[in-house]
Amino acid sequence: MGTVLKEWIFTTDHKRVGVLYLIGSLAAFAIAGVMAMLMRIELSTVGPTITANPQDYNVWLYFHGAAMILGFQIPALTGYLANYCVPLMIGARDVAFPRLNALSVWLFWGGIVLALLTFVIPDAPDIMWTGYPPYSLKTGGNTAFYTFTVLLIGFSSILGGVNFLTTVAYMRAPGMGWNRLNVFVWSIVAAFIIQLIFVPVLGTAVTMLLFDKYLGTHFFDPVAGGDVLIYQNLFWFYSHPAVYVILLPFVGITYEIFATFARQRIFNYKMVVYGGMGGVLLLAGEVWAHHLYYAGMPDWLRAGMTVTTLLISIPVGLLMIGLIGTLYRGAISFQVPMLWALGVLFTFFVGGLTGIPLAMASLTFHVGDTAFIPGHFHYVMAVAGTFAIFASVYYLFPKMTGRMYNETVGRIGFWFTFIGINLVFMPMMIAGFRGMPRRYYDYSQFPQLEPMHQLMTVGACIILVGALVTLYNWIQALVSGEKAPANPWGSKSLEWTTPSPPPPGNFPTAPVLGDNWTPYDYGASLTART
Amino acid sequence: MLKHSALTGLLAAVPSAVLAAEPGADAAISDPAVHFDHLWNEMLVDITAIGIVFSLVALYFLVRYRRRHAGEQGRPVKLTALAAVGWAVIPAFAFMADDFYLAAKALNLLNDYRNVPGDRFEVKMESAMWSWTYTYPNGTQAVNELRVPAGKPVVLRMTSKDVVHSHFIPDFRVKEDSMPGRVTYLMFYPQKPGEHVATCAEFCGMMHSKMFGRIIVMPPAEFQAWYDGETRKVAQEKIQQKGV
Repeated sequence: MGTVLKEWIFTTDHKRVGVLYLIGSLAAFAIAGVMAMLMRIELSTVGPTITANPQDYNVWLYFHGAAMILGFQIPALTGYLANYCVPLMIGARDVAFPRLNALSVWLFWGGIVLALLTFVIPDAPDIMWTGYPPYSLKTGGNTAFYTFTVLLIGFSSILGGVNFLTTVAYMRAPGMGWNRLNVFVWSIVAAFIIQLIFVPVLGTAVTMLLFDKYLGTHFFDPVAGGDVLIYQNLFWFYSHPAVYVILLPFVGITYEIFATFARQRIFNYKMVVYGGMGGVLLLAGEVWAHHLYYAGMPDWLRAGMTVTTLLISIPVGLLMIGLIGTLYRGAISFQVPMLWALGVLFTFFVGGLTGIPLAMASLTFHVGDTAFIPGHFHYVMAVAGTFAIFASVYYLFPKMTGRMYNETVGRIGFWFTFIGINLVFMPMMIAGFRGMPRRYYDYSQFPQLEPMHQLMTVGACIILVGALVTLYNWIQALVSGEKAPANPWGSKSLEWTTPSPPPPGNFPTAPVLGDNWTPYDYGASLTART
Repeated sequence: MLKHSALTGLLAAVPSAVLAAEPGADAAISDPAVHFDHLWNEMLVDITAIGIVFSLVALYFLVRYRRRHAGEQGRPVKLTALAAVGWAVIPAFAFMADDFYLAAKALNLLNDYRNVPGDRFEVKMESAMWSWTYTYPNGTQAVNELRVPAGKPVVLRMTSKDVVHSHFIPDFRVKEDSMPGRVTYLMFYPQKPGEHVATCAEFCGMMHSKMFGRIIVMPPAEFQAWYDGETRKVAQEKIQQKGV
């Protein structure tokens, strides 16, 4: 046991690093999910339900947001998925800097452990994942905890960025041209370019917070010449692009799953990569101020940001066309990974469309900072991203563990979760339009919304059932699943040419790519290959 | 011109204030809340239409191209260079057209929010953890309760004592942050007497969800009587203070 543990902790193998990321991020997901349940139960009645102290609720909400974004989604997509898939997909033996890779997973685990200590210290942070001053400077909560968590995970991301961009640039198998890369590999390239440009800005913002609170500087103190809005600008200058750091990889892996289960080539590959992903990359840094529409912004800036934000619909629309187009003339099977991937298509679509009013400054004067916002971003990013991560775990399960999961249990888990999320987030958007602000411990000024809140709580319980069934399925398969073949889905992508699970060094013989090879070379032969 | 924007400057403010005071001029002042609902509904139609079109296509593909036997493969479509470019450029321009259409509508509505009539009722508001303090032009102060006359646009000139708050009146479709070190504005146009909730929409600590008050819209005559009474009270207080 001791040697196995030592092997895992000190591993430099990209697949094991990926699995370590997966375990850590799923732990963050589970605890942040428990916080969500506590909040939903608290909100099921007007007035106190399970706690009479609003501070408890604020700490739950802080942890839910910070852990889901910084501890679950970003590390799961750019840590676990990138680590596991990218070297296999490009035909490399490992990443370019395996030891740097180990350091980044350690930093991530440091961040996760620090975040979990929130529940041990007496003055837990209560500043929401945004940490806006002056509140974050005046609160008795421990803002330094927040800063250090962000910095640790941020450094981990920067190291990952250096590593993966180098890996894709220099470690591709002979013959693997740029236009032969899996769409997922492209999405990781785009996501890490965003991380490298924007993470330092977030690091700066939270460090200034630390200086203001503990070292007596006045960056955000108007009395001494500072400005409270500087922080909001710096924060969103990173945190809006961070949405695309989540979006691009989850769309990327959805493309992989669509292609595999429809046994079809990606529809208009270059449009998807250069128009869709490239377009998102280009616009990522030009829209952040839409988070500040009603923070005393000058009208000319509101007008400009309305236009740039609306323009995001162009690349996102192209990504959507590519996804649906990949289904055209395919041979679609509805196995569990595909079900979750179709769930991504649906939630991403609902979230994308409900984002359109939020681009328009004048419409946010009513719906901004109401429950409409969490409803929208859970659809477009939180749920869509989580569905994609779940899809990828099912998709890669045979590869990662060498075992098959149970199809029926997998379906049950999916449908519970899918119905549950719609029962939570549709009513949430409606409640928001009817005036319910976000981040509220109680809503005695809106007693008419109580039935709607109860519906959301029921939805949350259904999600919990779905999540537990899914977790059970994974554990059961891990312990006693059937042995998996090397390529259970009949995929043409390189990662499925390796044994399951792949040995250290990945490819027993170096992959040879023919002249017409692509990772989506379907339809070439009609022989059965299940 | 019955209204002026902050950008057109002080010169425009004088004639518009005079004009707006004329009888019947109120009808020409636009109510942002009404225009908001109009644009909101139009936008809902827009996104629902896009949603239905894409969903129907996706559903059709899912049913039509389901795998019928285990060995079945997709039948790839080889796009010509022209088709590939067309599939990228034509949708891109279609989306862009819709974007600019919506942007134009949104900017129009933005004008309704910022074109503040000269004939308005202006109240100062200072937010603090966790209350709203309103100061009327006559010096009267009220906490968490704002009385305004029906039929007259109201402007709040806002600042904050401690942290960032956001003054949100759902019924009037309006919110704006208040913060230390800056002055922000919020305009709404109550048409009928009634009561409305004003609640905080920017996280401000423990009692964030309890930071709410009432906007009481009164019939103009009733409001005037109340306001005059308050003015006398303020004057008396001043006299008393001087006497001491």
